[in-house]
Amino acid sequence: MGDEREPELNRAVLVPHLHGWRLYRRFFVLFLFAALAVAGFFISVMLGSVQIPLEEIWQAICGSTSGIHEQIIMNIRLPRTIVAALVGINLALSGAILQAIMKNPLADPHIIGISSGAGLMGILVMLVFPGYEYLVTPAAFVGAMGAAVCIYALAWKNGIRPVRIILAGVAVSAFLGAGISALMIFYSDRVHGALMWMVGGLAARSWPHVAIIYPYTILGVLLAFLGARQLNILQLGDEIAKGLGLRVELTRIVMTAIAAMLAASSVSVVGLLGFVGLIVPHAARLILGSDYRFLLPGAAILGAAVVMLSDTFARTAFAPTELPVGILMAVLGAPFFLFLLRREL
Amino acid sequence: MALATKDLSICLENKLILQRVSLTFTPGRRTAIIGPNGAGKSTLLRALASLNMHYEGQVLLDGLDVRQISRKKLARRLAILPQGMTAPPDITVGALVDYGRFPYRSWVHASDAKADREAVEWALECTHLREFKHRQVRSLSGGECQRAWIAMALAQQPEILLLDEPTTYLDIGHQLEVMNIIEELNRSGKMTIIMVLHDINHALQYSDEIVVIKDHGVFAQGTPQDILTVDMLATVFGVKADIFVNTQGAAVLSPVSLAGDRAVR
Repeated sequence: MGDEREPELNRAVLVPHLHGWRLYRRFFVLFLFAALAVAGFFISVMLGSVQIPLEEIWQAICGSTSGIHEQIIMNIRLPRTIVAALVGINLALSGAILQAIMKNPLADPHIIGISSGAGLMGILVMLVFPGYEYLVTPAAFVGAMGAAVCIYALAWKNGIRPVRIILAGVAVSAFLGAGISALMIFYSDRVHGALMWMVGGLAARSWPHVAIIYPYTILGVLLAFLGARQLNILQLGDEIAKGLGLRVELTRIVMTAIAAMLAASSVSVVGLLGFVGLIVPHAARLILGSDYRFLLPGAAILGAAVVMLSDTFARTAFAPTELPVGILMAVLGAPFFLFLLRREL
Repeated sequence: MALATKDLSICLENKLILQRVSLTFTPGRRTAIIGPNGAGKSTLLRALASLNMHYEGQVLLDGLDVRQISRKKLARRLAILPQGMTAPPDITVGALVDYGRFPYRSWVHASDAKADREAVEWALECTHLREFKHRQVRSLSGGECQRAWIAMALAQQPEILLLDEPTTYLDIGHQLEVMNIIEELNRSGKMTIIMVLHDINHALQYSDEIVVIKDHGVFAQGTPQDILTVDMLATVFGVKADIFVNTQGAAVLSPVSLAGDRAVR
């Protein structure tokens, strides 16, 4: 049915009639991503200061065992792994959506002010009101959405142009960043916890965090997938999209709101985890092509796999010291990003 | 099926571009819009296609203000090919053309897959791109790429096709190829064509009607033979031209030098 819509390998240009294979290839790639995510899930639950064999994991999840391993799985590893997966899905989807609506390969959740807004509010609570740690997550969420709305309002002038959003985003982020720096200097004695949060990490994330993030994941995934066709059209440029009958401004506002919501929910739970929203959509696009009906699920699954595996590596590689996953993401992400740039441009 | 404007005035960035333009485009004919750079030809075309709706006055489709027609409904009757499009380089020609079916799809109604497929095949056929269907856009030459975009517009199955300088950046062979496709669409498909053209001789050869835009308004409208004269070129473009007849018996205008006060000696 959809074989005429296929992106493909360069090889397929030389052999134009491979098109049927392209569709299968993309489903196969999605299947590989899913396999990677499943493997990542089990590896993440299995590895740690105590290694737990696979069959015990299965028994624990089914509830047919008890004991110390079951405790570790159910209270520590399983919820943390789930948070990692949900955060990966949210950030990757958010980045993929933003890259389409901004038509800018550098667009990621940071560009619409998510990080700086969440950062300022989260750190404000952590440093100025240290007794109210439980407010960090809602405050960060409010800050993220607030910054996104603010940037949108600043960029509005007879409608939205991507370049204005990006410039407004840079300006607002710099402004809020100054606030973050000021707070950290005034309260330098309490900075340690804030630093960990700014890097982004999954330490001590458990069921309450799963409960915070999963409704946004479900809602965001549904809405994003519903918008896949619109995102495809938007990639052709505003003029063409309007000519095809798409309400460009409305689509852009709605999709930005979805992206902001997805990113804000993850940032408020794990801190300012960078690079997932930038790298994962690019990697998925490189492998799957730019048809959003495949790219969105691909990026979501790959995002889950990447964050689960990175977190596992971050907490086991230098055991007993745990590396915040944000540092690992940046260390791995930056070179990979450069590799993509060299290859693409 | 007539497209018309009534007292259309457009300002862009506080600068008056068009003032009280009233035009009627005859259905089933090819109209070329010509005029000097910056006269507002593209602005007029964009307003006709509702790409820019910040105007005073009205754009009328069959006597109905286009602002009362939903964008998707409009997109099924009228297609526009603007200038300077970019597509994701990895999508195939078939996928690009299939995007032209967007106005027929919605969340609530499943689209008619057979009609979609037929429209795409027809569009590829019209633009001689059948064997390019599974090629990536990045592998196309300039002329093939332009034909692919025309095919996307055709997949909308419009009654009216608007084109903004469809032959820009193409070599003369590909220019004629594109103009012939447009001619064929008009002749056998009865499609109304409204195009902004740069090349006076294309306008002369490939249109039934000419609209000349100058100084914020319509300078002249009529048949190519009446409008495209040596005098008009001197007044509107400031160019002194010769006119002669080619081997096909058609008139050809050939610019010789700048005329009147534009001539630099």
